[in-house]
Amino acid sequence: MSAAVDLAATGVSGSLGAVAYGLAAIGPGIGIGLIFGHSVEAIARQPEARGTIMSTAWIGFALTEALALIGIVMPFVFGK
Amino acid sequence: MSTTATASTVLADGCHLGSGCGFPAPGLDNFSFTPIFSIGALHFTKPMLLALISSLIVCGFFYYAFRAPKLVPRGAQNVGELGYEFVRDQVARPMIGKEADRYVPFLLSLFFFIWVMNLMSIIPVASFPVMSKIGFPISIVAMVYIAYWTLAIKRKGFFGFLRSTIPGGVPLPVLIILVPVEWARVLIVQPFTLAVRLFANMFAGHMLLATFMAATWYLTSASVGALFAAGSAVMVVVLTAFEMLIQALQAYIFVMLTAQYIGESLATEGH
Repeated sequence: MSAAVDLAATGVSGSLGAVAYGLAAIGPGIGIGLIFGHSVEAIARQPEARGTIMSTAWIGFALTEALALIGIVMPFVFGK
Repeated sequence: MSTTATASTVLADGCHLGSGCGFPAPGLDNFSFTPIFSIGALHFTKPMLLALISSLIVCGFFYYAFRAPKLVPRGAQNVGELGYEFVRDQVARPMIGKEADRYVPFLLSLFFFIWVMNLMSIIPVASFPVMSKIGFPISIVAMVYIAYWTLAIKRKGFFGFLRSTIPGGVPLPVLIILVPVEWARVLIVQPFTLAVRLFANMFAGHMLLATFMAATWYLTSASVGALFAAGSAVMVVVLTAFEMLIQALQAYIFVMLTAQYIGESLATEGH
């Protein structure tokens, strides 16, 4: 309890960019999990559609990953 | 190579764990280079040299592959045809439809140019992904933007194209949100995300590789630190393999989205 009070008194210091990226990675993390999870499910239901499903999955991955990567780049754009 | 960064010189001077210097983390300094030569205000830097070399590689390869084309391809022509058919059958025709073949040269050049420039990241002496300087993606996206807007205006007119981005049969409350979003998408969001997606992927990949390479040297010491350095070296190998996937994937995504935007500009059936 007193440790928390000490923390509140002195404040948190360090890299805000790291916190920013951590927050930015939540959404794409869930998104990519959904993409590949649903792909696995779809392949299980219809194994012969594997080619179409996997190529769509990679397209979706690249688009979702872009958001996480914009998150890692923004601290450099706005920082210092 | 000659960067303005202090990291490479610091590491060369024996900056290791415990020698008092902090970890020389890669930062924005790693992306600025002292010019190889300057003509007035034009500074010719290493990324420009790599872009030039990439274009020579792509042009040279396709010229060599198709200099004496035979009906049954052998050798380089086989590989060249593989690349051409990949872009035509997997990217252009599914996205653009009937008129795809006119745009295949553009898409083919984009794909291989971007891929070779990305590959410069993992080639030893070059070791810099050209697309991680924002100017390069911006100039390529400018070409794509001019391409799909010129086609849209020729085919449907400026307002006709904007109108065609709104699907039919949408109730008014949805339209109030949908119309600004769709128009912002074709005017601003599409080119912006196209450029930034490529830039951010290459920037982040280069930062990761640089961080683990610096960490390998920094952690090297005649103690248990050597284990950490070895782990860092393994990470460099793993990330290089991952970067190879991302480089090809990002080039493919860029070209596929370009083909999709061109297809959207040309589409007349209202779907």
